[in-house]
Amino acid sequence: MQELQVIFSGIAQGCIYGLIALGFVLIYKATETVSFAQGELMMLGAFSGLACVSWLGLPYWLSIPAAMLAMALLGWMTERVVIRPVLGQPAFSIVMLTIGIGYVARGLITMIPDIGTETLAFPVPYKDTVFNVGGVVLGATQVVVVLATAALSLLLYLVFRYSRVGIAMQAASQNQLAAYYMGIPVKRLNGMVWALAAAVAAVAGLLLAPITFVHANMGFIGLKAFPAAVVGGFGSLPGAIVGGVIIGVVEALAGFWLPEGFKDIAAYIVVLLMLVLKPNGLFGEKLRKKV
Amino acid sequence: MRFIFKTDYDQDIRIFKHGGQVFWYGLLLAFLVAAPWLVEEYWLAQITFVLIYGVVGLGLMVLAGFTGLFSMGHAAFLGVGAYTEAVLAAKGWPFPISLAVAAGLSATVGAVVGLPALRVKGIYLGIATLSFGFIVEEGLARWESVTGGNAGMHVKAANLFGLDTSSNEGFYGVCLVVTVLSTLAVINLLRSSTGRAFVAIRDSEISAQSMGIHLARYKTLSFMISAALAGVGGALYAHKLQFISPDQFNILQSVDLLLLVVIGGLGSVHGAFLGAIFLITTPQLISLGKDYLPAFIGQAPGLQGLVYGLVLIAFVMFEPMGLYGRWLKIRTWLQLFPFYRKGMFKRQKSFQKSDRLK
Repeated sequence: MQELQVIFSGIAQGCIYGLIALGFVLIYKATETVSFAQGELMMLGAFSGLACVSWLGLPYWLSIPAAMLAMALLGWMTERVVIRPVLGQPAFSIVMLTIGIGYVARGLITMIPDIGTETLAFPVPYKDTVFNVGGVVLGATQVVVVLATAALSLLLYLVFRYSRVGIAMQAASQNQLAAYYMGIPVKRLNGMVWALAAAVAAVAGLLLAPITFVHANMGFIGLKAFPAAVVGGFGSLPGAIVGGVIIGVVEALAGFWLPEGFKDIAAYIVVLLMLVLKPNGLFGEKLRKKV
Repeated sequence: MRFIFKTDYDQDIRIFKHGGQVFWYGLLLAFLVAAPWLVEEYWLAQITFVLIYGVVGLGLMVLAGFTGLFSMGHAAFLGVGAYTEAVLAAKGWPFPISLAVAAGLSATVGAVVGLPALRVKGIYLGIATLSFGFIVEEGLARWESVTGGNAGMHVKAANLFGLDTSSNEGFYGVCLVVTVLSTLAVINLLRSSTGRAFVAIRDSEISAQSMGIHLARYKTLSFMISAALAGVGGALYAHKLQFISPDQFNILQSVDLLLLVVIGGLGSVHGAFLGAIFLITTPQLISLGKDYLPAFIGQAPGLQGLVYGLVLIAFVMFEPMGLYGRWLKIRTWLQLFPFYRKGMFKRQKSFQKSDRLK
């Protein structure tokens, strides 16, 4: 019974990793760059949600779309201002650029007087609700994480499968040049992908905020989303969520069964094993460069 | 404008290309040797840190700048070197031997990390090294019988056959000698066939392979050399700080090292030192500038991160060759005055190269 409990909280945590990893994968598929700022975007999302609730006095359910919208705008602007001019440069330059964006985001938040250095609680209406299912106690915050992740995944699936924009994004991610020739506005799509990734990160931040707290360094959890993305296969959207859940469960079980300390590095051990055994991940496509 | 007439094949691989270089580097060396008598104690300590970070930066430069492999967990090698040195110094081993052991152990660890590097590329390698960095950091924190765990451990002064290395000046001398030797070693390596193989791998793995370069061997070698230099730097770092704890070798340190090579200028030996100067002096400059800023900006704790981030973004966007690239432009401007043209260092627009299957 206790294991079930641990596994469930692992799944909830894993969903957060999965959502952040989803952002990586979206951006990676569209622009072949890896964004190390994804965790910071999540942090900014949590802060903007907090701003909506605490200072603008919006009700909780309204502040979620508001924060998502604000973050989408920010993501779009980031792409337009900083990422687009350097596209086509070596991939590593862009990685460094996103690290720089992360530094700036963290620095700016820390600089806000009185708030930046504090650890803030995020008020949600369902905070202390608890469900008891057959002896397993499920916190409402965790249940909401799992349900919201499932809903968001379904929504993204529908968008990519049926909408014009989604299909165009798929085309651009498979072959940018060919998509360009077909009249797809690839550059505008890239901006939209960044906006989408930032909005997904905002959701992750808003879901994580009631579980942990809101603070400037919460973005470091983004570093655990890399293993999630790799385990799932870096180019695969469902893989990101599955990878996240796997990482979350492994981490929770490692914390439960293994001696102290293994919990923090379980994700990294899993990813190293994965890279040695199956470098393309569970759902990744096999890649080989042709000369 | 200087024209070098080549009359001998050896001129292509000579360390100093012309007399001017001999003069200026000689002057630099003379200044560094005389520094303990010329500069204040505080600045001498800063120069020592520049030298130490320069050695570590050289290591990462060989790996990232010349072989094109990016390590996001380089602080782990620094940590391995630092802890090895601390443990051996406590046992009273002579400094040269313990330094060599620290470098050797780091190199061994580097070879182990290099193994996945043979299978994975690009961002996967970044994530593999990142993961490795976390595992080493946790290992250092948990192996309490040797490392003292999160409480950290004190490092005894280096035992250099009775010479006094505990004073600022004495240890500065040690660092200078080690730095000069490692720089010469790296420069020598890079002009040898091994160095050319590294550069070939960086520019195109496939063409390097078809030229008969053994990818696995050279990539592992690059990892080992890089890790060994990081280990040497780590050993010096441990002695300089006299106290080490696992959180000095965390992801932020690794990112700082990447910052160092990118801002210094990827693919240049100068870049390692210019980047080290940047990394050491920026916090000082920020604290100097703090007083002139309004209090709510100047006193804010996030200022340093903000400045680092903005500088990094600015360099990647406007000066991808880093500080060394900027210096090259200034030098060319001076040499060609008044004939410098704007487009001389124009970046080539490259199509987005895809690693994906077409």
